[in-house]
Amino acid sequence: MANLKEVRNRITSVSSTQQITKAMKMVSAAKLKRATNAIVQLRPYANKLKDILVNLSSSEIASSSPFLAERKPHKVLLVVVTSNRGLAGAFNTNVIKATNQLVAEKYAEQHAKGNVNILAIGKKGQDYYQRRNYPMVGQHNELFTNLNFENTSAITQSIMDGFLAGDYDCVELVYNQFKNAVLQILTTERLLPVKAAEPGEVASKGDIDYIFEPSKEEIVEQLIPKSIKLQLYKAVLDSHASEHGARMTAMDKATDNAGELLKSLKLSYNQARQAAITTELTEIVSGAAALSNG
Amino acid sequence: MKLSIITPDKSVYEGEVTSVTVPGTLGSFEVLENHAPIISTLDDGKVIIRKHKEEEVIRIKGGVVEVIRNNVTVLAEAVLDA
Repeated sequence: MANLKEVRNRITSVSSTQQITKAMKMVSAAKLKRATNAIVQLRPYANKLKDILVNLSSSEIASSSPFLAERKPHKVLLVVVTSNRGLAGAFNTNVIKATNQLVAEKYAEQHAKGNVNILAIGKKGQDYYQRRNYPMVGQHNELFTNLNFENTSAITQSIMDGFLAGDYDCVELVYNQFKNAVLQILTTERLLPVKAAEPGEVASKGDIDYIFEPSKEEIVEQLIPKSIKLQLYKAVLDSHASEHGARMTAMDKATDNAGELLKSLKLSYNQARQAAITTELTEIVSGAAALSNG
Repeated sequence: MKLSIITPDKSVYEGEVTSVTVPGTLGSFEVLENHAPIISTLDDGKVIIRKHKEEEVIRIKGGVVEVIRNNVTVLAEAVLDA
């Protein structure tokens, strides 16, 4: 027979856990809303910038921007976007797994020479790769406490400087793309060198005669760093929203599970209680019977 | 004409204006109704928005402006508090 007191204690502890997971779910839902808002806010800027770039490159793509230069990837930088906190299901594990796979499949040679650098945005990735003695670039965990374009740009700027100085020949980005609250798409994309715009993407209004100031080339050269910054910013925003989405789902499941556990615990508690009462009754009845017989 | 000032974080200004002065890289210039299509990079500086007699100043940090068919779009990297 299960100990009554033991079961009662478990019921209290499970129901307080359930309260916590429920609260966390609601907090995540609120944060998710803000995070998706930021993505929506970014969209007009991103679209317009892309428009202008396409307009510019529709005629000739002979840009001499150093960010387009393809080099043999001797030194690689991987930008790994995770979260600062756990309890978000497989959110962080997925990113780390994908990064490890990328290293194993594409950059094994560079890794053997210690030329795979990791720039972690988010504490989980930072901790993981630090423990495994990867060369780390900077520390960017506090980005999420004040997530805006300017702070993210500072990171992008340091990456671009490193690329120009030859510290890295290739920069790749691993993050969770935000699809909706329950769906995150694990994405690996190249940040640097920038892939030249595809010739097929000719703008519909490409026949407009723009005046270019100071000159077409200089505008392109100024816009490319902007679009790189934008790409990283978008990745971070996506990851941020995905994190809350993943946590919301995980906490929702945890709350459900706690509910189920409570149900079965209550059942066994009542069973135990009933058994105790029955035993007591039998004892009393048989005691009384023994007395009257005597 | 229509003016919108957008940063990656938010949309700063949206509305009808009579003229706008932007800090172009080759010098500040004013855009009036029916300006020719232009794409210009911008330096840090003041965007002066005029709406009839009213004037509003927004300080931006670098960016690019596109003028096309009486639509002025300023893409600024950031907006500094006035």
